[in-house]
Amino acid sequence: MNGRRAFLGAAAALGGVAVAPGLLLFEPARAEGVSSEVRWGMLVDTTRCVEGCTACVSACNKENGLSGGTRPTDSQWIRKIELREKTIGRTLSLPVMCQHCAEPPCVDVCPTGASFKRADGIVLVDRHICIGCRYCMMACPYKARSFVHQPLTDQKPDVPRGQGCVESCTLCVQRVDRGAQPACVEACKAEGREALLFGDLNDPQSAIARRMREAGAKQIRADLQLDTGVRYQGI
Amino acid sequence: MREIEGRSRGWWALFALAAALLAAMLGAWHLMETRGHIVSGMDNQVVWGLPHVFAVFLILAASGVLNVASVASAFGKHFYKPLAPLSGWLAIVLLAGGLAVLGLDLGRSDRLIVAMTHFNFKSIFAWNMFLYSGFFAIVALYLWTLLDRSVGRHATLAGRAAFVWRLVLTTGTGSIFGFLIARDAYASALLAPTFIVLSIAYGMAIYLLALIGACAGTGRPLGREVIGRIGGLLGWFVLAALYFVAVFHLTNLYLAKQAGVERFLLLDGGVYTRLFWVGQVLLGSVLPLVILWSPATRGRRGAAALAASLVVLGGLAQMYVTVIGAQAWPLDLFPGYEAHSSFFDGVLHPYAPSLPEAALALGGIAIALLGALLGVKFLRLLPASLADEALDPGDGAH
Repeated sequence: MNGRRAFLGAAAALGGVAVAPGLLLFEPARAEGVSSEVRWGMLVDTTRCVEGCTACVSACNKENGLSGGTRPTDSQWIRKIELREKTIGRTLSLPVMCQHCAEPPCVDVCPTGASFKRADGIVLVDRHICIGCRYCMMACPYKARSFVHQPLTDQKPDVPRGQGCVESCTLCVQRVDRGAQPACVEACKAEGREALLFGDLNDPQSAIARRMREAGAKQIRADLQLDTGVRYQGI
Repeated sequence: MREIEGRSRGWWALFALAAALLAAMLGAWHLMETRGHIVSGMDNQVVWGLPHVFAVFLILAASGVLNVASVASAFGKHFYKPLAPLSGWLAIVLLAGGLAVLGLDLGRSDRLIVAMTHFNFKSIFAWNMFLYSGFFAIVALYLWTLLDRSVGRHATLAGRAAFVWRLVLTTGTGSIFGFLIARDAYASALLAPTFIVLSIAYGMAIYLLALIGACAGTGRPLGREVIGRIGGLLGWFVLAALYFVAVFHLTNLYLAKQAGVERFLLLDGGVYTRLFWVGQVLLGSVLPLVILWSPATRGRRGAAALAASLVVLGGLAQMYVTVIGAQAWPLDLFPGYEAHSSFFDGVLHPYAPSLPEAALALGGIAIALLGALLGVKFLRLLPASLADEALDPGDGAH
């Protein structure tokens, strides 16, 4: 009897040991430890952004392990868009990525809840319950999402990705959660442009909130009233 | 009622064709699972392709094919009563075909169980999963009341429940697109009722084809009046579909911000414009109407089969324009600006379906066809005779 009990106990312990690392490893970046008192956002000053500079794009690709390819099937989490006003010919250059909406259409349409918004406003995809239906890509007004069309190799340990799943800018959640800035913001600063400013939109004393108060900031497709976390100056 | 002789050469030929298509579908699915969606023509711009065209068509047709049964049970037209069981069975197999395509096209089709255990109730997709499974259950119950005399007294109730359910189901299908605020070609409440009317037209056409095929294959008499009445009804639904499509485009044309995408689809969209005017309007609507309603061809088997086939092809053309044409048109993030980027902003998105993708799409038809063939062989879906004099003409006259 004792032997059997000991065996069962050992088996349970072994089972726990076998499963636990998996659980720990695969626990997605959910809301634990994240507070809704914070709302992360980004301010893009288009007057400081120059045509031809893609430092933010390269930094994003490097940080998140993206190939940097630009075929129609390649993932692009952030892209530079060159704009020309149709009548007066004014030109603009700016980066566009997931706008981290407060009312994200991708989260609304996701059948399984894989698209979700953290308490601090960062919109993410839980790669464990994404079934790859791409409805979020149909719904996103910013064309911010990419679908992984091929098997992946050499992934970054802290940036989960997967073939057959949808992905997009995470605001470098893996960096933000350890108190750092998104890779694109740092890269822009290193270029001496400082066109990107990251911070807490809810904190009136934060640099981003102050700059938005002073100079104003617009949302892309503001008509949709999605209350984006990424705002733009000069558009 | 009686089963079909399974020895008919036509039956076996169709069975072999469907089985081959199904095998091709499974092969394509395996390829897509292992090598990824790179083997399809879909990309980050056109994210839903040919599989969705066929899947949505089949799901619409599933709802619409129930119309014959609804006319019999929910509206009490005795003339259509012997025609009802085939209608119910086709509804089940068409939905199965459509859902199989959707399921196998998923990036992670191995996670289908996740889709059935995790629900976001704000998602119309999640609602649809309940609508689909409910449809299977209600139509199955309804079929039971039609095929088993001991529960036959419940047929009217079951038929009405199925009628209401299918209206809700197609509202859900239309809303998948109607709720997409991001895209100029969608975001219209009109899409839900439009899809309901389209579904009835597609479903009636498929019913007519199945009826003519089954009767021809088994040597059952099929009266001219039977074909004439169903064909006549099909004509009305084709006309109604055309009307809804016209209103949809007219309302969009009235909105300045939609003018671009409307011009693209209706005027200079290349393959989409041709599919709309030639496929959907001319071959899929006008020509079938002429065939179905002209006194010379009304009620003739060959003519009705031709008209119904044209409606089906027109429907597929319409779904191609609706699903893919809408995505080919780029999103306008910055109205008033010309945009270009490495991510194909501001340009039309080309799309060409690949062979595996086509195999996946056609597999949906194969599943529906296999189901229909097995159904007419093993279930008593059709009466021994559908000659005019064998049916109750009393209340069916129009």
